[in-house]
Amino acid sequence: MKIIVCVKQVPAKDAPLTISGNWIKETDIGFEMNEPDSYALEEALRLKEKHGGEVVALSMGPERVKQTIKEALAKGADRGIHIADDNFAQLDPLGAAKSIAAALEKEKADLVLTGLQSDDHGFGQTGVLLAGLLDLPHATLIMQIDVSDGKMKLKRELEAGWFQWIECPLPAVLSIQSGINKVRYATLKGIMGAKKKEISTIARESLGVTTAPTQKIEKIYVPVKTKKTEYFTGTPQEIAAKLVEKLKFEARVI
Amino acid sequence: MKILVITEQRQGKWNNASFETLAAAEKIAKETGSAVTAVVIGKNISNLAEEIAAKNLSEVLVVEHNLLEAYTPDGYCVALKQVVASAKPDLVLFPHTYQVRDFAPKLAAQLGKGTIGDCIDYRHEGGKLIFVRQMFQGKTVADVTFSGEAPWFASFQSGAFRADLLTANPSGKASIKAFAVDLKAEQIRTKPLELFKEAKSSVDLTQAPIIVSVGRGIKAPENIAQAEAVAKAIGGELAASRPICDEGWLPMERQIGSSGQTVSPKLYLALGISGAIQHVVGMKGARTIVAINKDANAPIFEIADYGVVGDIFEIMPALTAALEKAKSA
Repeated sequence: MKIIVCVKQVPAKDAPLTISGNWIKETDIGFEMNEPDSYALEEALRLKEKHGGEVVALSMGPERVKQTIKEALAKGADRGIHIADDNFAQLDPLGAAKSIAAALEKEKADLVLTGLQSDDHGFGQTGVLLAGLLDLPHATLIMQIDVSDGKMKLKRELEAGWFQWIECPLPAVLSIQSGINKVRYATLKGIMGAKKKEISTIARESLGVTTAPTQKIEKIYVPVKTKKTEYFTGTPQEIAAKLVEKLKFEARVI
Repeated sequence: MKILVITEQRQGKWNNASFETLAAAEKIAKETGSAVTAVVIGKNISNLAEEIAAKNLSEVLVVEHNLLEAYTPDGYCVALKQVVASAKPDLVLFPHTYQVRDFAPKLAAQLGKGTIGDCIDYRHEGGKLIFVRQMFQGKTVADVTFSGEAPWFASFQSGAFRADLLTANPSGKASIKAFAVDLKAEQIRTKPLELFKEAKSSVDLTQAPIIVSVGRGIKAPENIAQAEAVAKAIGGELAASRPICDEGWLPMERQIGSSGQTVSPKLYLALGISGAIQHVVGMKGARTIVAINKDANAPIFEIADYGVVGDIFEIMPALTAALEKAKSA
């Protein structure tokens, strides 16, 4: 089975964010693989271990995203595709998906996997859009994949504790729900081996996707507080004592 | 302007987020002088159409078909594309449910349009609609506008608007129209099978008066015991945000948030929880919220009544001791 996993590189979870125009200042912060995508990568690697085939890690963005592709290669992906675009953060979801779809068309994968959503934009649309653009069946929020006889039985998470089994033919696009598996760490052997693996780079503008954006982020800002919070300071013991007193005598909840 | 609201039902039961989106649509309609049409889609849904027609809408479209009995993204996209093409709305609104995430972006893309998903609010300024959505896991919010021609597609996060603000129809009842769609079995490529719940969860967090909840800040599974000690001392149930359950540090049945349980206890103590929207929608109804987090900018503080910017590993043992002391006093 040929599986392509879309992985995004996002600011590290603990990175201090400084707003700059309609994005953040990218200098001086660390980046990492988008956590939801790491579950999709893990699922791809497990499918390959079970059914054989190839796992290709695809990422779009500036030069730095190659580091995330390398991480995927170190964990076991066979090769990488880098869609190079320095202004990736300014693309709308449809524009980003059209670019990825154009790159995927040449690959003819059996399965395209994405994570649930990205921890930066959080659009959560890429997988569904890719399915629409490539005219493939799709399913999202997947918690289990069983492949047999050229089709899949999928466990899909619904809300409020409900799940549903669905059948889906191949090829298809799936968006993986976080928590589907336990993500592996790269081994030293994997890291060394990754150096020999191929990463092909495609300039995004060469893909011929020129459609006008459908939406625009006008500005981003720190949310305005609507609730008045009473803060406690002091030593841990002082804070704990004040908090217990407030909960007991003011909020009267304990 | 014409606003189309795509409501959601499953097996004849509403997803209540539908009413929140209708309330949002009513508000937008009032400010922009628009008319609202609600779409009910499925099979055997005439009673739902009747119910919704009593709300402040100008029209209800009933999209009924044997192949729409169970949700499929293909079936919904084929059917709703015809509805949108015929109704010619300017704005198409959805509740931001798991089902909507599954098909709305594709529906819009088939018409060459984009979707602004997961909005928490909107503003109508200078004749233009600005949609507000979170980014960076709630650490920032963004004002987003549509470019290009209508129709525009947007979804509202659950809890963003109050369903109880949706008013009754001033003329008694909106007109109900059947909308026939052309849909064939071979157009639906996925096959929905049975719906099920995992083994009945042994903890019903919705009934717990006090909840002590841990997030990423707990760092390692062996640290959970410290939070458990706080929960024991305060007489509360232990819960967690999604990443903790994804890691397997606490069972999924203790998860609070959009994919877990929705709770409204009298006290919610958030330990090392940043407050991403997926978590907040599950607990913001708590009467008193206490947040302890080392990041002063964590979005959880926006909804906290009491806040401590500090290290949970210092506060947790001190709090356990203070609670024990208060009990024995």
